[in-house]
Amino acid sequence: MTLELSHLDRRFAGFRALDDVSLSIAPGEFLALLGPSGSGKTTLLRILAGLDYPDGGGVRMGGEDFLATPARERRIGMVFQHYALFRHLTVTENVAFGLRVRPWRSRPSRAEIRERVERLLRRVQLEGLGGRYPTQLSGGQRQRVALARALAVEPDLLLLDEPFGALDAQVRVTLRRWLRELHEELELTTVFVTHDQEEALELADRIAVMNNGRIEQVGTPEVIYQQPATPFVCEFIGKVNRFRVRRHGAGFGVGGWMPEDDPWQRDVTEAVAYVRPEQLWLAVPPSQPAWEARLRHIYLAGSVAHLELHVASLDQPLEADVASEDLSRLGLQPGMALRVAPRSAVLFPLDGNSVPRSEERWLWHAPSPVPARV
Amino acid sequence: MRRRVLPGFGISLGYALAYLGLIVLLPLAALAWKASGIGVRELLHLLSTPRTLAALRLSLGGALLAALVNVAAGLLVGWVLVRYRFPGRRLFDALVDLPFALPTAVAGIALTTLYAPNGWLGGWLAPMGIQVAYTPLGAFVAMVFVGFPFVVRTLQPVLASLERDVEEAAESLGARRWQTFFRVILPMLAPPLLTGFALALARAVGEYGSVIFIAGNIPMRSEIVPLLIVQKLEQFDYAGAAALGVVMLLLSFALLVAVALLQRWSRRWAEHAA
Repeated sequence: MTLELSHLDRRFAGFRALDDVSLSIAPGEFLALLGPSGSGKTTLLRILAGLDYPDGGGVRMGGEDFLATPARERRIGMVFQHYALFRHLTVTENVAFGLRVRPWRSRPSRAEIRERVERLLRRVQLEGLGGRYPTQLSGGQRQRVALARALAVEPDLLLLDEPFGALDAQVRVTLRRWLRELHEELELTTVFVTHDQEEALELADRIAVMNNGRIEQVGTPEVIYQQPATPFVCEFIGKVNRFRVRRHGAGFGVGGWMPEDDPWQRDVTEAVAYVRPEQLWLAVPPSQPAWEARLRHIYLAGSVAHLELHVASLDQPLEADVASEDLSRLGLQPGMALRVAPRSAVLFPLDGNSVPRSEERWLWHAPSPVPARV
Repeated sequence: MRRRVLPGFGISLGYALAYLGLIVLLPLAALAWKASGIGVRELLHLLSTPRTLAALRLSLGGALLAALVNVAAGLLVGWVLVRYRFPGRRLFDALVDLPFALPTAVAGIALTTLYAPNGWLGGWLAPMGIQVAYTPLGAFVAMVFVGFPFVVRTLQPVLASLERDVEEAAESLGARRWQTFFRVILPMLAPPLLTGFALALARAVGEYGSVIFIAGNIPMRSEIVPLLIVQKLEQFDYAGAAALGVVMLLLSFALLVAVALLQRWSRRWAEHAA
């Protein structure tokens, strides 16, 4: 059943944690709530879990008022940021908790509980560790106990609060892939909160980017990355170069680069442009307009090299990414001069007070003869 | 031996042992030596007199009961002090320590005045046929009073460090409030509750000053063992006094060991912490 969140408001003393948030979550969907800390994403998750209540707005599930249902009857499984395991209970007892606290009429028999717990421990790859206490487990194992405990109650909705936040980088990537596989297997509606854009882009079917209690954009990872709807999404997702462009006669431009055919009225005189590091073309032929840049540094980070460029006509540094193997192919050396231009950019017009107008976004792509790579 | 950040294991351990020996073990040894002045037969005779048995029953039974009451009351007070914010909380918090600070004789006299048949509380209770002052019940009230701070003080830091998300996890897993309390919160509070119980018990068993004022000290009815010891001393029966002291010591020690074992069991989940 679709979960329908409409116009949710939540105020804490002095600030709005949620500001008119509407969102619908389809059955079986894997949705990420992505945003910086204080953006309201955890508040939203806690409202779904029944651990917090909005000051306005509603949540409906299959036509029924979800908020009127007490937390323990919502059929949700919640995984907390710091796992919140019962440290006085063994792994088995932790996983069985949700079944054991049921009223006796709906409580499965002891044998059934034992069987179900064992099956879950196998599923989260913890068989044989059922007799241990949480203090005897590693972070990744605790995380999986928390997940098994949440799944034991057979929830309709799985909620994960920063599920990988407390783990080291390698465990995080492994668990992430494993969680994705588990989701494909169970087809359970899952909402997870994260501040890690890489995690959201890799895992989620859809991402809701949040900022200051509002949803900035909802969409698939591709749309979020390639067609960011607001300046905030541009800057929060991935790395990005930002600069101002001004109207010069027929088109916009700065320092010798001119994107053409802007969709705006002539009264828009200034705009802000965002270009991703991998969308910078480093070897523009002399026949085309480009920026004269100097290559300052090369930071080799494994498969990708980050280049720090300085463009005199922009009076600001730019960052470009190339594949490491292209470094020698292009003969890139620190100190050399390059002709650089964007292959694509996202532009927002600025109003009289220099505030970007998100609703008039312009997705610009260079005309076709530009080669796809480098 | 592994290198440690702070050196001086040898000297600090030696000092600790010497100190313990001087302050705790030496007086106890003197007590045992003094008690050995009477033979086994005499000791058994002393212990089997109805007056001694009654005093032992009141001292130990009353102290056990008082410690239990303090566990329940201390849990409630500690909970209120840690979980809620209300005006006067810090004053309330400071008041908890008063039984520590008050001279026990003063406490005894104050309680007696309150609970005497013509006192503020005693005047209310007397028509209902409940007499507190000059009865074993009075001894029990005094024991509750002196043991009260222990449970609250041992409980507070643990209660404050309990993470809320554990309770929220229990709720989201379908637990009702009482299930969350009995299955999640109480088991984690068991170790400090047992520590507080042991401390309150030890204090009540050894309490003298406040009890003798309120209990009335009627032989066979409201006499406590420490009072019998003092009486023996006044009759220059040093060996008898020491013998009673040793018996008290052994019984208290046994009780404390039992509590310690129980506590270890209640903390089994923390035993193998990495």
